[in-house]
Amino acid sequence: MNTWLLIAAIGLAATSGVPALCAGPSKRWGRSLATAMQVVAATCGAAAAVLVLAGQSMPPLRVAISPLVPAMTFALDVLSAWFLLPVCVLCACASVFDLGWRAGGTRVPVFLGVLAASLMALLAAQDGIAFLVTWEAMALAAFFLVATDHHEREVRDAAWLYLATTHASTLLLVAWVGTMAWSTGSFAFTTLDPTVPAAARDGLFLLALGGFGIKAGIVPFHFWLPAAHASAPSHVSAVMSGVLIKMGIYGLARLLWLVPTPPQWWGVTLLALGCVSAFTGVAFAIAQHDLKRLLAYHSIENIGIILLGLGLAALGRATDRAELFALGLAGALLHTWNHGLFKGLLFLAAGATIHAARTRVIDRLGGLGRKMPQTAACFLIGAVAICGLPPLNGFVSELLTYLGLFSALSADGATAPLAAIAITVLAAVGAMALLCFVKVFGVVYLGAPRGSVDPAADDGGPALRAPMFVLAGACAGLGIAPFCVVPALQTVIDDWPALSDAAGGLAALAPATWISVAALALLLGLAVMLRALRLRRDPAQAARPTWDCGYVRNAPSIQYTAASFAQQFVDASRRLLLPRTHRPDLDALFPGPRRFESHVPDVVLDRLLLPALRGVAAGCNALRLLQRGRVQIYVLYVFLTLLVLLLLR
Amino acid sequence: MNPSLDAVLVLVVLLNFFTLGSSRVSAVIRATGTQGVLLAALPFLVHEPLSTHVVLAGLGTLAVKGIALPWLLMRAMRDVTIRREVEPLIGFTTSLLLGGAGTGLALLFSGGLPLAPEHAESRLVPAAFATVFTGFLVLTTRRKAITQIVGYLILENGIFLFGLLLLDALPVMVELGVLLDLLVGVFVMGIVLHHIQRTFSTIDTARFSTLKE
Repeated sequence: MNTWLLIAAIGLAATSGVPALCAGPSKRWGRSLATAMQVVAATCGAAAAVLVLAGQSMPPLRVAISPLVPAMTFALDVLSAWFLLPVCVLCACASVFDLGWRAGGTRVPVFLGVLAASLMALLAAQDGIAFLVTWEAMALAAFFLVATDHHEREVRDAAWLYLATTHASTLLLVAWVGTMAWSTGSFAFTTLDPTVPAAARDGLFLLALGGFGIKAGIVPFHFWLPAAHASAPSHVSAVMSGVLIKMGIYGLARLLWLVPTPPQWWGVTLLALGCVSAFTGVAFAIAQHDLKRLLAYHSIENIGIILLGLGLAALGRATDRAELFALGLAGALLHTWNHGLFKGLLFLAAGATIHAARTRVIDRLGGLGRKMPQTAACFLIGAVAICGLPPLNGFVSELLTYLGLFSALSADGATAPLAAIAITVLAAVGAMALLCFVKVFGVVYLGAPRGSVDPAADDGGPALRAPMFVLAGACAGLGIAPFCVVPALQTVIDDWPALSDAAGGLAALAPATWISVAALALLLGLAVMLRALRLRRDPAQAARPTWDCGYVRNAPSIQYTAASFAQQFVDASRRLLLPRTHRPDLDALFPGPRRFESHVPDVVLDRLLLPALRGVAAGCNALRLLQRGRVQIYVLYVFLTLLVLLLLR
Repeated sequence: MNPSLDAVLVLVVLLNFFTLGSSRVSAVIRATGTQGVLLAALPFLVHEPLSTHVVLAGLGTLAVKGIALPWLLMRAMRDVTIRREVEPLIGFTTSLLLGGAGTGLALLFSGGLPLAPEHAESRLVPAAFATVFTGFLVLTTRRKAITQIVGYLILENGIFLFGLLLLDALPVMVELGVLLDLLVGVFVMGIVLHHIQRTFSTIDTARFSTLKE
């Protein structure tokens, strides 16, 4: 039953672009049919995942494509089913959103379908070959999606950067699969034997950290991510940020599943990388002026938070402490869902905003909350969720991670101080995320419209709004009723061999019911407060502009901008961010118009990687001395090679 | 030891030196043709009991290397009305010295090759190497496209000398196929030469470097 559901999901998703291709870009029915197929595929996939999470096992499906390659095995287990659910939800939402997208064409529906199919197949892959094939299909589909607006130079650059880094990742993963096959004797994903030498296991971990780290966007491998997410169409960014980069997390979780008792330093490394990613991601996000780049940096931050949970889980496995493992893994897995939901919501809301206002530069937006109230409300829900505030879903998963970190404080060795640092970082990151989203929401949706905002901007059609409502509803639902997912989380946790001190399950460790009660109380309090404010308002009072201290030449351009709002933070952390500012010198008493610019380039890409690669390219240029362009010289090379070979014999 | 075989091989090597030292294109082509005629005689000398295989190989070589190719090249040279000088990149004396060094190296190399015992004493191997080196030398140091073709021919002559060791092992069809390939190759090169001359009004290959990028 669930096997057929999975096959139907993958098949429908993979072929969903065909009607759009047949109909051509001008006909609407092609894209509508493609979306319908995607939604049905997502429903089938989600049903298969739910069945597996409910305890039904799935018989493996063997696919032999060629006698040269070992047969590939596909089946869902509980871990992959957990990751499959957000894939289905987000791909369906993005597909519906695409219907309302102005600059349509057939490219996005076709490759969105391929991406959805390859993501599902990747999660179902149960051996190394199937994993690599579907991984590459996923990477290539995403490349074509990133390059949708390829007539813009910036987009082409981002797409090439993405393609190069994703292939670096695939290369490392080929080595990863090879090492695994060498140490287990088969390509199948099976638990690693304890007799496998420690060096091979550590090699597996390092290769996975590189390969999956590039895909997940762990600092310092994150450099491709902001450009790619900013350049892709918004609903593609939603899928990429929501689920595609999570495949890196899935890979790391799968490695932890293959090696159930890892050495302690794995967990320590994951925790440390999580701290660095979370902090760097959010710090760079605050300094961004581009709405989608900003959201992309927040993805890096959230990947860091997920890594904190995963590192905690690894530490729990290594030190044989069940509550660390359960809370850490639950926090990481739940945050994977939550980040997919709220980041998808934020990207879709940002996409609707950009769609209406025709720019993604934050400083040119403003006052959009009045023109598109529903989009603004959805963005606000996403923003509250991503900041980890109750009563939304981000709070629940961060709370689980916090609980795990607090219980790690009582551990011995290096774990306790590291956990203390991680708690501090997590708290700081939450506060910084709040700062960042106050900035974005205030500058984009509040205040007065700046000159460049399209006066006709509005919420857009139902195709743009419906996916946002679905995601916002899911965020609220998971935030208010987290006890619904606790059994599923418990199933995933139980998929690992039990540790010696059984901690009584997640339900005993995590106060899911109390979260619900507190969330409802909070909502009630908010409702009462709003009602009281409304009752106190004098109906005769007319709306007036804000008191401007008597300044006569008021203009929208003297509102806070994204840069000025964040200036204090950027100045304080300039050692990390290394901002570049171009200040005009104001020498006269009445200077003429001057230009001020500030931007924060990515430290790894712009200051480290690109200069280094330019050096390599210059070095390679020296080799062109060999290329003389004359036949005689080339024959001479052949001759010299022959002579050398004869001399060496 | 076969004195007449050795004499022919010495002549072949001397013709190598002649091609390196000669300044006239027609003389170089004629020397290559003569080398082809001498090579045609070799199968009869190496393999004493005459067989159809040997006769076919010898006659084919004579027809292609001794007659057809020199005639084709002479005609090509007449058609493209080029200057009749060789125009080397290095001087004739240096070419000759390099040729001598190459022949010395050939003797050195062939001493160390793991040959079958019946071929170990044969002078065919050093002569083959020396001719191959000469072919390379002509290829790398001569400017004109037509002398490049001559270089390839000399190279092929060297390979043919080496192939004589294997005459018994190779089917005659393969041998004739190789000869046919060579004939067609030179034919095509002649046509290409003609077109190069028509398009660029020169066949100086040293100037063909604009396709470098």
